[in-house]
Amino acid sequence: MSENITLEVLRYNPETDQEPYFQTYTVPYHDDWVVLDALNHVKDHIDATLTYRWSCHMAVCGSCGMMINGEPKLGCHAFLRDYKGGAVKIEPLDHFPIERDLVIVQDEFMEKLSSVKPYIISDHEKPVSEGEYLQTPGQLKLFKQYTQCINCLLCYAACPQTMLNESFVGPAALALAHRYNLDSRDCGKDQRAEVVASNEGIWECTFVGACSEVCPKNVDPAAAIQQTKISASVDWFKALLLPGGKK
Amino acid sequence: MDVIVTDVAIVGAGGAGLRAAIAAAEQDPSLHIALISKVYPMRSHTVAAEGGAAGVIKDNDSLENHFNDTVTGGDWLSDQDAVEMFVNTAPKELLQMEHWGCPWSREADGKVAVRPFGGMKVERTWYAADKTGFHMLHTLFQTSMKYPSIKRFDEYYSTELLVEDGRCVGVVAIEMRSGKMVAFHAKAVIIATGGAGRIFPFTTNGAVKTGDGMAMAFRAGVPLKDMEFVQYHPTGLPGTGILITEGSRGEGGILVNKDGYRYLQDYNLGPPDPWPRKKAMELGPRDRLSQAFWHEQQKGRTIKTAYGDVVHLDIRHLGEKKINERLPMVRELASSYIGVDPVFEPIPVRPVVHYTMGGIHTDIDTRTPLPGLFAAGECACVSINGANRLGSNSLAEILVFGARAGRGAAAFAKANKPGSASAVQHGAEAAQGRVRELFLRADGTETVSGLRKEMNDTMESGAGIYRSDDTLRATCAVLADLRGRYRKVRLEDRSNVFNTDLLQALELGAMLDVAQAMAHSALLRTESRGSHQRLDYTARDDAAFLKHSLATFGGAEPPAIGYSDVVITKSQPAERVYGGGAGHE
Amino acid sequence: MSRRPYLRTVERNWWLSRRRYVVYMIREVTCLFIALYSALLTDGLVRLAEGQAAWDSYLTAISSPPGVLFQLVCLVFATIHSVTWFGVTPKAMPLMIKGEPVPPQTIIRAHYALWAAASLVVLIAAGV
Repeated sequence: MSENITLEVLRYNPETDQEPYFQTYTVPYHDDWVVLDALNHVKDHIDATLTYRWSCHMAVCGSCGMMINGEPKLGCHAFLRDYKGGAVKIEPLDHFPIERDLVIVQDEFMEKLSSVKPYIISDHEKPVSEGEYLQTPGQLKLFKQYTQCINCLLCYAACPQTMLNESFVGPAALALAHRYNLDSRDCGKDQRAEVVASNEGIWECTFVGACSEVCPKNVDPAAAIQQTKISASVDWFKALLLPGGKK
Repeated sequence: MDVIVTDVAIVGAGGAGLRAAIAAAEQDPSLHIALISKVYPMRSHTVAAEGGAAGVIKDNDSLENHFNDTVTGGDWLSDQDAVEMFVNTAPKELLQMEHWGCPWSREADGKVAVRPFGGMKVERTWYAADKTGFHMLHTLFQTSMKYPSIKRFDEYYSTELLVEDGRCVGVVAIEMRSGKMVAFHAKAVIIATGGAGRIFPFTTNGAVKTGDGMAMAFRAGVPLKDMEFVQYHPTGLPGTGILITEGSRGEGGILVNKDGYRYLQDYNLGPPDPWPRKKAMELGPRDRLSQAFWHEQQKGRTIKTAYGDVVHLDIRHLGEKKINERLPMVRELASSYIGVDPVFEPIPVRPVVHYTMGGIHTDIDTRTPLPGLFAAGECACVSINGANRLGSNSLAEILVFGARAGRGAAAFAKANKPGSASAVQHGAEAAQGRVRELFLRADGTETVSGLRKEMNDTMESGAGIYRSDDTLRATCAVLADLRGRYRKVRLEDRSNVFNTDLLQALELGAMLDVAQAMAHSALLRTESRGSHQRLDYTARDDAAFLKHSLATFGGAEPPAIGYSDVVITKSQPAERVYGGGAGHE
Repeated sequence: MSRRPYLRTVERNWWLSRRRYVVYMIREVTCLFIALYSALLTDGLVRLAEGQAAWDSYLTAISSPPGVLFQLVCLVFATIHSVTWFGVTPKAMPLMIKGEPVPPQTIIRAHYALWAAASLVVLIAAGV
């Protein structure tokens, strides 16, 4: 006996629509389908105009972030079996402008990401011929969780500060800065501070904690930001109190 | 039409494209580099690679070992001068990644760690837990932000190369968000667009792997080399095709059939113990493992599930601690997508299409026969992988050849004048006309999804793990028919803004051309070698076929297939021996 | 240009849309009551400095029914404040001992233990 499940998807085509509206689709229900499978079914068999981003289907590329029944989730990691017994409401990620249907405009995020200088800044560079920088498993463990971010933007969709303040650097970018600050091979914390420890950086965060709750990779950006607040404060006091300024 | 003038244009921003951009930027910071990609760089499929990247670094290993493993793994179809350069350069590239911050897993003393991988005599696979491709891609992407000369064009879909007087002078692309077409007037172009696994229905590959760059070069007159060699990864999840890394076997995982029997010992890969043991059993090369599955299936010894036949990958004996440390993503994937926790249950797996050994014909310096055009990564075929790629050579390959392409393109751009503005303008307008024709077509009768499914089905049935003359001929006929019907595709989506119906139609066009090259090359190679296995020609035929196939675009006609020699230097073709007789520790 | 990115409007009552936002707002509001209680204590210090009469009238005021009610309300909010604060301390100050992370529960319990100890000291000093 084949069951069906109903999807209510927010549509928006700027060339024909004044504003977004919901469209309903009925798709077959499969126990191990994810929402992305349902959307692909719609696109292949019902309505080829349905527009969304996707690629890996294994929760590692970060393309398919969307609001599912009001929660930010990856379309490839939201199982239909968890939404049985009701319609599934699918909308583009909150707090971003809508380009078309479920596709958001994420230009600002890309800017914010590069603004925190997310690369190794070293003061003791050595040539590749001298081999690797030694880094013990313990040193790797310190920053490892913050390397797991797939840039899926679910955290930005969950964060009320992102909504209230467009220029907030945001959870993922700040977590990435923290990743580099904690890497034993890096010493760029001061260079990142201009953006990271600014009013649009960590100090815009009021520790709602929603970002960490929705993160599909357990990066825990909220923790990254609070830890950065402490270290930034310590740095500030050091610069103030110690002779000669910074360490 | 907008024209963007640049020195180097790179199509594709995955591992190879990003590495090329960085290499070009470092070689000559005064050059303008346009990095063009149909997706944001972190979505590129490099991100999904798991197991690791091979490079000789430990004292118990040697470049000669890596060379021999690769040439043997490729069933002697690899160009040995290229392999020699590759194994020599790989460790330096991997160390460069480490300097750029790649979080390689480490030994207790802080040195990078390596793990065993299929077909390799000595362990040399550098890894970052079981998300190596993810970490490499993000390291490269983040590092690329240091270079102001790299300008990114995210979500631009490239449709055609611009050619003037037998030289590549740029590329035309669609700005996806607006539908506007844009011409990149470039002195050198690098294609780094990845493979074409989406031609097949069951694949580890993400949506983006549609062979766009291969098709662009193909249509511009560049041959596609060794297209008949398509790798099936032995352990993909049934249904979704999600990749379960070879690393799980490197850590000691085993494959069993419905009787709980480690069947690989029946296929010249045994004896089963001691285990783990390199180049034996589950650490044999991928082509052999996938072929063994097919045989088990014929014998009725595979396990039946709702998603077809599977075998079991058992890693329970590794224990929870080791799995969480070395294979956390495997645990997560199996739990989420198939409801199996590998700490307590074996994982159902089956071979799925994973990698395209063939691709755009290049020389050892990534140059194609079209001056000004370079290619690197999975979309290219140098060839180092020959008839079958060893796991963890690809992540190293994208670095070695990506860097080479970047430097080569930068040097070419420096030394050459740009093409003429009028040629670029005319070429771009013609390209635009072709897209417009598809976009505006009102009287078509075919859908993108319908044709795509038929292509998928015929490729799997006729050009799968085992092929024969009649299955291949049937597939070639279907593909010819599909290419004809492709000219009658009618789009449902008429918007200019982010039109994915149009994009999928263009991707389908690329896949059909590439699939035809695959099927025809396979039909004419009447031998079995590496991942190309024929039921009607079961032996390897070095006398006739120790050659690369070269498919040349035939327009509306099928491609013409020619051949070129393989560079043999130090290793004469021999029998590929794995299992007990391989002699190793 | 055919593009027209659409920005969805922010509702004034955005914080009512999700339970986690409501919980967050309650946590934030606790600062108000802690500030008010601090003001009350400061006022007490000022009265103490003004002499016996001022101090006595202060004590009468805070012992009155409205005064007690106010302090009870502040106690409730201060408790919520402390409990939520303790809950998040492991995130802000992760501890590693001998290369292994200290479990979050341990850090939280340590805070409660300190709170209990401090309260004990205060109660003893107050002669209770």
